[in-house]
Amino acid sequence: MTSNPAPVQAPLIAARGLTKKFGSFTAVDAIDFDVAPGESFGFLGPNGAGKTSTMRMIGCVSPITAGELRILGLDPGHDGPRIRGRLGVVPQQDSLDTDLSVFDNLVIYGRYFGLSRAECARRATELLEFAQLSDRAKDMVEPLSGGMKRRLTIARALVNEPSILLLDEPTTGLDPQARHLLWDRLYRLKQRGVTLVLTTHYMDEAEQLCDRLVVMDKAKIVAEGSPRELIERYSSREVTELRFPVGVQEELGDKLDGIGDRLDHLPDRVLVYSEDGEAVSVAVHERGLRPETVLVRRSSLEDVFLRLTGRTLVD
Amino acid sequence: MAASAAPVDIAVPRPRAAAGYVAAYEHQILLYLRNWRGSLFSNFAQPVLFLLAMGVGLGAYVDKGGANATGGVSYLQFLAPALLVSSVMQGSAGEGTFPVLAGFHWVRRYYAQYATPLTPEAIAFGQLAWNATHALMVGSIFCVIVVLFGAAATPGIIWSVPIGVITGIAFSAPIAAFMSTQRDTMAWNNIWRFGITPLFLFSGTFFPIDRLPELIRPVAWLLPIWHGVDLARSAALGTIGDAPLLAVAHVVILLAVAAAGTWAMFVMFRRQLAK
Repeated sequence: MTSNPAPVQAPLIAARGLTKKFGSFTAVDAIDFDVAPGESFGFLGPNGAGKTSTMRMIGCVSPITAGELRILGLDPGHDGPRIRGRLGVVPQQDSLDTDLSVFDNLVIYGRYFGLSRAECARRATELLEFAQLSDRAKDMVEPLSGGMKRRLTIARALVNEPSILLLDEPTTGLDPQARHLLWDRLYRLKQRGVTLVLTTHYMDEAEQLCDRLVVMDKAKIVAEGSPRELIERYSSREVTELRFPVGVQEELGDKLDGIGDRLDHLPDRVLVYSEDGEAVSVAVHERGLRPETVLVRRSSLEDVFLRLTGRTLVD
Repeated sequence: MAASAAPVDIAVPRPRAAAGYVAAYEHQILLYLRNWRGSLFSNFAQPVLFLLAMGVGLGAYVDKGGANATGGVSYLQFLAPALLVSSVMQGSAGEGTFPVLAGFHWVRRYYAQYATPLTPEAIAFGQLAWNATHALMVGSIFCVIVVLFGAAATPGIIWSVPIGVITGIAFSAPIAAFMSTQRDTMAWNNIWRFGITPLFLFSGTFFPIDRLPELIRPVAWLLPIWHGVDLARSAALGTIGDAPLLAVAHVVILLAVAAAGTWAMFVMFRRQLAK
C-alpha cells in the first residue's frame, strides 16, 4: 500500500483584503477568507455588518473597491459573466417574475444560461419536484407562501447546476416549519457536494448548515472557525440564563461574582457561562438569590457573538 | 498574499454574449405572450377611437372650410399618418416607464437577470428590443385601421410604421435611461403632463407647427416627435419630393436621438445594476 499525499484543493473562492466602499462609507473593510470545494461556508453577523455587500461582490454584480477576489480561479472584474454562469444566487429580496407562472420562471431563467428550451423544461420539472412545488407548476408566483417562494428561488438558482450556491439570508421572515423544510433541502444539496455560501443572522441556521463560518461585525471579520470551534474558543460549554423579578437585577451588584467562568448582564437577564450549568444554578440558590426562572442550555453562536461584540445579533 | 490559483476540476465555460441578448429579449416576449389580451384590445381600440373622433368628427368641420389648409387632402388623410406616429410615440414612452420601474423595483426582474451571465447591456437591449417590437405591432395595427378607414392618401402610409418605430425608440430609450434612476412615477407624472401630452398636441399632429407662436417653434424642432410626424406625413401624402433635404434631416435627427438614447440607456442600466 502506498500512501499518496492528500491532494491540496484550491479554494473555490479566495478573498484577500477585500474591500467595498460606497462613497465615504466602508461596507466591507479588508476581509480575508477562503471557501473550499464542497464546503458550506457562512457569514454570520447583524444587519449592516457587510454580509450582503460581500455576497454581491462574490456574485460578480458589485465591483470590488480594493483587494483581491478570485472565484473559480477567475477575476470577477474581468470574467463576471463567465463566473456567474457557474453560480446559483438566492438573493435576500425575492426577484421572482410575478407576471409569469412558477414553471415559466424556471424555464426563462435556464435560458439565461444558454440551455435549450427542452433542457430548461426538463430541469424545471425536476427542480419543482425537488422544491416540492410540482403541483403548483402552472400557478402564478404571487399566491405562493413566503416559504414556497424561497424554495422556488432556490430551485431557480439550481437550474444551471451551479458549482457554488450563494444564499443571502435564505430563511429570514419564514415561519419555523418553512425554515425547517428549507434547511432540509439545503442539507440535501450539501450532501450532493454543492458548495454553499450563505449569510444569516440566525444562530441556529449557522449551526445547522455551516461547516465553517466567519463572524462579521462593522464591515470586518472578527472570528473564523467551525461553529463548535468558535463556541469552544469564545464561550463555555453551558450557559445558565437567570431571569430576576423586575427591578431585582439592577440591585444585584456583585452578588453573582465568582459564579461560573464569566457573566453577561443583558437588559432582561443574566447569562452565566460555565462547564456545568446545573452547578451554577445550585450556587446561585446557595447565595440566597431567587431568580424567577433558570434556564440551563448549551452554549450557542449567539453567545460567541455576544462575547465578541458585546451585542446580541437580532435586536 | 496573492489569492490562490484556479481549481482544475471545474470547467468554467465562456457564455456566448449574443445568447444573453437573445434570452433577455425572449423573456420580454414570454411576458407578452402570457399577458397579451388586454393590451392587444387597446392597440385596436385606440386608433379606431382617435380616427373616429378627430378624423371623422372634427375632420368634417375642417373639410367644410375647404381642403386648402391640408394641402388638398381630407383632414382625415392629413391626420392619419401623424396620429399613427404620435400614438406609437406615446405607447413607447409608456413602455420606457412602467416596465423599467418593474424591472428595477416592483418585480426586480433585472436583478434576477443580472445574477446570470447576462450583462446590463444585454438586459437593456432585451427591454428596448421588446419596446421596438411593441411599437412595430402598435404601428402596424394602426396602419391597417387607417387603410380600413380610407384614410390613406397614398400607399406611402406604410412608411409611417418604420418611422413610428424609430420615433418610438427615440422616446422610449432616453425615458428608460431616466426611469432607471427613479423609484416611483412622481417625476414621471410631471414629464407626462407637461412633456408628452403637450408634445402630442403641439407637434404638428393635429395642425402644422407653423401655426405655433414663433417663440415655441424651435422647441418642436428640437424634439424628435415633430420630425417623425412631418416625415410620416410627407411620405403618406407623397410630398417628400417637395423638400427632400428636410426629409433627410428628419431621418438623421431621429436616428441620432434614438442612438444617443440607446447609449444612455445602456450606460444607466450598468450604473444601476453594477453598484
